Amino acid sequence: MDIKELYQEIVLDHGKNPRNKNKLKSFNKEAKGHNPLCGDKIHIFLKLDNDKKVEDISFEGEGCAISIASASIMTETIKGKEFNVAKKILENFLNMLKESSKLRINSLSEDENTTMMSLSGVKRFPMRVKCATLAWHTFMHAAEEKKGTANTEK
Amino acid sequence: MDIKEIKSKFPIFKNKINGKKLIYLDSANSSQKPKTVIDRISKFYSKEFSNIGRSVHSLAVTATNRFEETRDMMQKFINAKHREEIIFTKNATEAINLIASTYGDKFIKEGDEIIITELEHHANYVPWHFIRQKKGAIIKFAKCNDKGEVEIDEIKKLITNKTKIIAITHLSNVTGAIMPIKKIVDLANEKKIPVLVDGCQGAPHLKIDMQELGCDFYAISCHKMYGPTGVGVLYAKKKWLDVLPPYQGGGGMIEEVKKDHITFPGSPTKYEAGTLQTAEVVGFSESLKFIEDVGIKNIMEHEKEILEYGLDEIKKNNSVKIIGDPKVRGSIISFTIKGIHPHDIATILDEDGVAIRAGHHCCQILHEKMGVVASARASLGVYNSKEDIDALSNAIKKCNKVFNN
Ligand SMILES: Cc1ncc(COP(=O)(O)O)c(C=O)c1O
Repeated sequence: MDIKELYQEIVLDHGKNPRNKNKLKSFNKEAKGHNPLCGDKIHIFLKLDNDKKVEDISFEGEGCAISIASASIMTETIKGKEFNVAKKILENFLNMLKESSKLRINSLSEDENTTMMSLSGVKRFPMRVKCATLAWHTFMHAAEEKKGTANTEK
Repeated sequence: MDIKEIKSKFPIFKNKINGKKLIYLDSANSSQKPKTVIDRISKFYSKEFSNIGRSVHSLAVTATNRFEETRDMMQKFINAKHREEIIFTKNATEAINLIASTYGDKFIKEGDEIIITELEHHANYVPWHFIRQKKGAIIKFAKCNDKGEVEIDEIKKLITNKTKIIAITHLSNVTGAIMPIKKIVDLANEKKIPVLVDGCQGAPHLKIDMQELGCDFYAISCHKMYGPTGVGVLYAKKKWLDVLPPYQGGGGMIEEVKKDHITFPGSPTKYEAGTLQTAEVVGFSESLKFIEDVGIKNIMEHEKEILEYGLDEIKKNNSVKIIGDPKVRGSIISFTIKGIHPHDIATILDEDGVAIRAGHHCCQILHEKMGVVASARASLGVYNSKEDIDALSNAIKKCNKVFNN
């Protein structure tokens, strides 16, 4: 097992230069996420329009390279997509980290697919899976207007 | 001291981690166990087990004797004046909760003050927070300086007529600072304020003598002393045990039970409710033997040598920042690496078999004070050698490489 499988160039790049890491000027949904085991924190800002499209999304937060990269990749991937599609991507992403190691989403471009796949190495590091999924769970929390903080331990 | 020989007494080191030799630098979290401890538990279950203190059959007598012998050994080990001052708990956390709850219930009123420090582990803050909530008491934090130590004047400053207890760590599990317990006890004595010491990191690494330290309460987790999990010790001065109420209620801790009243025996029975972790306590007797055989003085000298070597080696790497620089310190090095989150550090180190801890180490207040969210922590045990430190510095260099720092 090579550590470079986990820290692929794309992941390192997103970890060091995260995209959409700011607070949206205009948003209609938000949620905070917390991984109490390692202290990772994330705050998702989301603009869902009436047709249920992810018009804009951003995040703020602190955490390890994996959690920041994952948040960055997520925002980049689902921005502009229909909410239903975003949800499908999320399901596939979680599945990639749990069972299969491939993504099966037709709606992703090849580039998007490669970027998402760069996180597949996390699967071999069970202690780090929660770092990779925190942003995604928090996104759903925001979209579905659940109460409280998205917590990886609940 | 022959570290190779000592290490050979710990079966865990025969295993490979990710195909590599195990470099265990997480003893502040929990130490590894010598074979004698593991075997003792197995022997106890195979030959001597039954529940203690309840039945009159032979096995019950044997088991009770083995259990109580461990109490005697512990009394000697920490030089407590009376054997009933040794109470077995499940860990140091429970020991501190026991005192916070019983002492807090009886002696702390609204507006009273509890002094702790910014160095404290959550185990020595949260139980006091419960009392703060329940009683409307006030918690005052003695400030930690940028060297990661708490000066005695910072404690002195906070003492008032309302101070009801001072609860402090013996050895910080983040900065390694060793607190001048004796001086703090002297200071507290002037005002008749009891002192509770969180001895989690003190007991495995320092010579501890209750009569010399003079503190009222001392909390220990035996799993950090080469002992089994599930065993803690609360040392409490006899004068308190006579006045404090029981903690948990149940079997084993009663004297007489009637429909309209219940009476309780003295310590330690009063504080040991329910069936205890018998095998683990008996197993712990072998940890004490192990420490005594090696000699706590030898352990201290050895760990000091490795610590100093470790600090020197790690400081050579410019990207590493060590948290705190206390004048008197024990075998703990917490650090950060520029541009790399501690969890990423821990994962990369683990690939090379180097086990450290990453996070806030249950000390969020201290990390906030030091201006970091989390840190990586290498902590020593008697089995660590300079080669372990070399493996650590090489693995740290690898972090820089993976992250192209
Ligand atoms: C200083 C200190 N206090 C308290 C604890 C809590 O120990 P335990 O979890 O064994 O009760 C620890 C261990 O993590 C510690 O290092």
